[in-house]
Amino acid sequence: MKKLMIGNQAVAAGLYDGGLGVVSSYPGTPSTEITEFLSKYEDIHSEWAPNEKVACEVAFGASLAGARSACAMKHVGLNVAADPLFTLSYTGVNGGMVICVADDPAMHSSQNEQDSRHYAIAAKVPMLEPADSAEAYAFAKAAFALSEQFDTPVLLRMCTRIAHSQSVVELGEHQPAVLKDYAKDPAKYIMMPGNAIKRHPVVEARTEALREYAENCPYNTVEYHSDEIGIITSGCSYLYVKEALGDTASILKIGMPNPLPVNIIKDFAAKVKKLYVIEELDPIIETHVRALGIDVVGKELFSLLGEFSQQTIAAAFGLADKPCVTADSPIPNRPPMMCAGCPHRGMFYTLAKNKITVHGDIGCYTLGAVPPLNALDSTLCMGASISGLHGFNAARGAEAEGKSVAVIGDSTFMHSGMTGLVNVAYNATNSTVIILDNSITGMTGHQQNPTTGYNIKGDPAAKVDLEALCKALGINRVRVVDPYDLKACETSVKEELAVAEPSVIISRRPCVLLKSVKALPTLKVEADKCKSCKRCMGLGCPAISMKDGKAVIDNTLCVGCGVCKQLCAFDAIV
Amino acid sequence: MKTTSVMIVGVGGQGSLLASKLLGRLLMDEGYDVKVSEVHGMSQRGGSVVTYVRFGEKVYSPIVTDGEADFIISFEKLEAARYARYLAADGRIIVNTQQIDPMPVIIGAAEYPVDVLDELTAKGVQVEALDALSLAQQAGSAKAVNIVLMGRAAKYFGIPYERWIAAIENTVAPKFVEMNKVAFDLGYNA
Repeated sequence: MKKLMIGNQAVAAGLYDGGLGVVSSYPGTPSTEITEFLSKYEDIHSEWAPNEKVACEVAFGASLAGARSACAMKHVGLNVAADPLFTLSYTGVNGGMVICVADDPAMHSSQNEQDSRHYAIAAKVPMLEPADSAEAYAFAKAAFALSEQFDTPVLLRMCTRIAHSQSVVELGEHQPAVLKDYAKDPAKYIMMPGNAIKRHPVVEARTEALREYAENCPYNTVEYHSDEIGIITSGCSYLYVKEALGDTASILKIGMPNPLPVNIIKDFAAKVKKLYVIEELDPIIETHVRALGIDVVGKELFSLLGEFSQQTIAAAFGLADKPCVTADSPIPNRPPMMCAGCPHRGMFYTLAKNKITVHGDIGCYTLGAVPPLNALDSTLCMGASISGLHGFNAARGAEAEGKSVAVIGDSTFMHSGMTGLVNVAYNATNSTVIILDNSITGMTGHQQNPTTGYNIKGDPAAKVDLEALCKALGINRVRVVDPYDLKACETSVKEELAVAEPSVIISRRPCVLLKSVKALPTLKVEADKCKSCKRCMGLGCPAISMKDGKAVIDNTLCVGCGVCKQLCAFDAIV
Repeated sequence: MKTTSVMIVGVGGQGSLLASKLLGRLLMDEGYDVKVSEVHGMSQRGGSVVTYVRFGEKVYSPIVTDGEADFIISFEKLEAARYARYLAADGRIIVNTQQIDPMPVIIGAAEYPVDVLDELTAKGVQVEALDALSLAQQAGSAKAVNIVLMGRAAKYFGIPYERWIAAIENTVAPKFVEMNKVAFDLGYNA
């Protein structure tokens, strides 16, 4: 049956039809939907883990036990899971294991645009890269057999345009999950030096065997159309090349970017006058081709930055631009922003007003950085707010401790904030950490996490008690505030910054987009009372704007949070 | 046959994903090869969002570039202007006349170009503007702006009316089907 699926749904269907037994993941755009779709199958185990390292280790354990297993993450998630990955390369697998990793060229929803292919090379594991949903289904399904044949985890590389583009998929047969036998094998699975040293040559021999496989791999395909121009490409770049050049160039499409073939590339290069490599991000294929002593045009023509398109390719080959019309008026940007009624806004307003140095983290609340709040000083990676604050305070001492905080969401705190907080207590800076607890993993589209009390299927689950946890980690001062209450926010921030010991403020209110949250009556501005002071505009609430010199509230956006009302000195907001 | 390119643009939260899902499914059922490129994550939070729908005999690229779009269906006025450069020379913009101020306008750092559609028309762009928000409210929900606009665009796709209605029945949650059918008709007859 034909279905229109986003790439991530196709990966889920492929993993399931390939006999998946266990999947464990942490959400991250653009990978999240793989696991969301898998959670709809009732006959497999699916879960949200607290972070990607845990997820990858769960998949390892399931593989060891004999199940076919998977985990999915965004590109930066693989940094977190890199520790198990590199040694998984040594242990190999029992049941087949697939690690899905989604890159984000152009950083639609990420803090960097690292290229995951480096991990495949560095960890010496095979990687597959589909170019549309049909391939995503086929590659994901076949990856288990590849994993078991070569006794290695397999990386499946997605990117935003493949992960979030729908295309037509013809589903094949479902292969039911089978549990292979488990037998204790210390030499293979206990990676202490005496064993690991014997596994390393196994890894190198496997890489040689995989190189042989790459020469006949069904995912590396050649289309001969021209003796003049030959293009080596992969993933979505292949689609752009086909769109722009059609059948005017010969193409070697790489479906397995690691390890890369040698003979196929030499043969292909010998048959065309001019050879190009077209790949987004880093010159992985290009470097390989150059190492073979083959002359090639690559990154001098095709950028290291961002995404390509058919226009990029057409321009590089000197094809004329299509005519287009633009408006003469300047078009203002429309950056993303915190929603009307977002529970983070009240706390950020308080921090900005008091000119606090704020170490930020990864989530919706990174949007506290944008005007008019401009509330953040740094955002690095998951969990870095707390450890960064500790280092900042260690360097600058009491002066910084009295006016710096870290902000981190509930899910990010579970992911990698806890360890930073242990460090604050253990190594004793008077740091103040604000946990922005909106009771959900927000930015990736509302996934449950260990603090919400529900699991991936929405069933009740063990719930982390954040107050008790922070105390157990060594923080004596833990208090909870409602971020809709500006006075309470200000009092708590000032008091905790003043005390000479570490502290945690839990700023708690559920995400306003949750279905369980009932909207309060909307507010309006009484125009005759409005003195046009624009104090309410300082909140950066999308529901409030100035019309004819007076503040107005858009009642289709307002959810009645009442934060603006607390700011108005003239009681104009009712 | 030439690949047809459609862009659905608007403000995060306006329901562009449902519109592209409806269109994509309908086109696949009509026997076309289809690609739909969506936006998830950070940019959805009130930001400018764009979805590409491309169909034909064989579609390669999932995205649309400058001068390629046969149709731009815009949920908001400013967004129509933002993406106008993607429109093909003989392309058509179908736009909801609603104005949603972006944050730089709200805080006074930029101005909203209120006559921007007239500006495009003066340059020879085919612009069909309609108050889809009022029609959606008339149908029963401001959220139905997406379906009103699809109704307005429907006549250009050469697909019979009944097939659109069937696609709504297949795509929309059962309790919203009737309301969305009314919204579609209001757009279709606008």
